[in-house]
Amino acid sequence: MSGAEGDAGDAEGAGDAEGAAVRTRGLTKRFRSGQVGVDGVDLLVPRGAVYGFLGPNGSGKTTTIRMLLGLVSPTAGSVELLGTAMPGGGAEVLPRVGALVEGPAFHPYLSGEANLRRLDAADPTSAPGSRTRRIGAALERVGLTAAAGKRYRQYSLGMKQRLGLAAALLRPRDLLLLDEPTNGLDPQGTREVRALVREVADAGATVLVSSHLLSEIEQVCSHVGIMSRGTLLAQGPREEIADEGTTEVRVMTRPDQRAHAVRVLSGLGLDGARADGEVVAAPLGSVAVEKVAQAVVGDGIDLLGLEVRRPTLEDVFVRLTGEGFDVAR
Amino acid sequence: MSLVDSPPAGPPVSSARATARLLGSELRLVFGRVRNIVLLVGLAAVPLLIGTVLFVTQDTPVAGQGPPFLDRVTGNGVFLVFAALVSCLPFLLPLCVSIVSGDAVAGEASAGTLRYLLVVPVPRTRLLLVKAVAALAYAAAAVTAIAGVGLVAGAAFFGVGDVVLLSGDTIPLAEGMLRTLGVVGYVVASLTGLVAVGLFLSTLTEVPVAAMAATVVVAIVSGVLDALPQLSAIHPALLTHHWLDFGEFLRLEVDASTLFAGLAVQAAWVAVFGALAWSRFTTADVSS
Ligand SMILES: Nc1ncnc2c1ncn2[C@@H]1O[C@H](COP(=O)(O)OP(=O)(O)OP(=O)(O)O)[C@@H](O)[C@H]1O
Ligand SMILES: [Mg+2]
Repeated sequence: MSGAEGDAGDAEGAGDAEGAAVRTRGLTKRFRSGQVGVDGVDLLVPRGAVYGFLGPNGSGKTTTIRMLLGLVSPTAGSVELLGTAMPGGGAEVLPRVGALVEGPAFHPYLSGEANLRRLDAADPTSAPGSRTRRIGAALERVGLTAAAGKRYRQYSLGMKQRLGLAAALLRPRDLLLLDEPTNGLDPQGTREVRALVREVADAGATVLVSSHLLSEIEQVCSHVGIMSRGTLLAQGPREEIADEGTTEVRVMTRPDQRAHAVRVLSGLGLDGARADGEVVAAPLGSVAVEKVAQAVVGDGIDLLGLEVRRPTLEDVFVRLTGEGFDVAR
Repeated sequence: MSLVDSPPAGPPVSSARATARLLGSELRLVFGRVRNIVLLVGLAAVPLLIGTVLFVTQDTPVAGQGPPFLDRVTGNGVFLVFAALVSCLPFLLPLCVSIVSGDAVAGEASAGTLRYLLVVPVPRTRLLLVKAVAALAYAAAAVTAIAGVGLVAGAAFFGVGDVVLLSGDTIPLAEGMLRTLGVVGYVVASLTGLVAVGLFLSTLTEVPVAAMAATVVVAIVSGVLDALPQLSAIHPALLTHHWLDFGEFLRLEVDASTLFAGLAVQAAWVAVFGALAWSRFTTADVSS
């Protein structure tokens, strides 16, 4: 993982939120419909972290990001971006923040480049002299140079998404808030986004990436926060969150020896040992894995393979959110 | 490559410079849009159409027949400007102004570009101001297009000469041109209230067509109410009541008080709806 993880972990370990890139306290949004879209969220994104903001559809990720940026005013609670209170400090802090909110949005009848020009012209702190160069660099970075002069309405879904990322990267940023940045991208594009996030983070910036497809961003995250029905169920360094799941040991042996292997594992005190398809699996608990190997071999079982499966974020995610395919509300 | 250590893109510029820069971008957006250009061309075609009809039929309307000033066009091409403005004021000009001002905020909201402008960040007050100025600039361009094409077409078809005023007095052409400028200025000023109404309605919805239609309806209802004698008490305050008062410029002694009354009514509409638009836009959640 990125080198930023260490510092970030320390910062949190010391309970020091001063250096947080994003900090919210009791952030709440009650819509006029009466629905509470975000409910008492205390977000803490340490500086330098790549924070995976996960949650099923409708869990309140986008609404939270809108409140971070001052687009939607919270019903209750406070927001700090890079140490500056929002929305009051927006003029000061937002130039250092790149954002992608609920997909890209541009003027359909302008070219990609003209759209970026407009955004850059709107920025009081950007230098007109370097505009062409910066726009060229941003387009290049997202692989859109060839389509720069094409009208936005003629862009494919993935090209639109790339242009949105280019807009977020128009200037050097200290913080990127990316809402579903991989939506609509092909596998190659998804990989590029991951590489881009890594690159930005390696340069020292903080990135918050939201997604409901955790497999897409899991690999780049140093931290995760898991939203469900408007509340933040868990957040912290990725390893700590993932460790809340259970590590499993999986023993591969011949089919006729599987029942025997289950008995051996149970004998070691591994509750829940069972034949799981072609392997025999059990939660590892506090038993050392070499003990398992010795016991199996010592009992005359042919050990064809042994695997320790660490809990994945997905296991934790599914356990915490407990939601099926349907949106919760 | 480092993103963080690289120098900032530039020093912050003053608020006035930033507003001017955004206004430039906004004007390019409004005047570069094909729909808006087509509308301008359509408006400019009105004097051309009137002039062609009068020229081809070689038929001078009897005084009092048809819209005001139409009977004078064949005598002096300058009057084509006034005849065309009178023809466009009830519907075509308000329509075009409503389309652009109603689209101002709602169009950005429906495209989703509003949220990205706000996180750039553009302060909401500045954005609203720039939108208002650009819509007004479009209204000015529309009136100028009608007047400009009217003057050129009138001169080409019928020639221009000293201007005979409504009172029967004659003034030199040069002074006639000055008064024509005054007419253009007054008509543009008459449209400011409608721009403010359109801008306010535009902050209420994410559906630009709804804001445009509602703005046109306001102008038309105002015209309808203005035609009901039973409501004469409220007539002076109506948005459209003073629109045709530009004829005042064609009297020997221009009555400034009449013109000021019209301008004051527009200022009042601008103040009320500008304030409404501001209070709405600076507090609304942007969830488009
Ligand atoms: N403007 C609004 N008015 C009323 N309810 C809203 C509004 N915006 C969002 N909601 C509701 O708030 C909840 C959270 O929505 P949000 O868009 O934040 O979810 P999300 O986590 O981003 O979902 P997804 O993964 O699908 O993007 C949803 O139930 C949604 O219906
Ligand atoms: Mg969302």
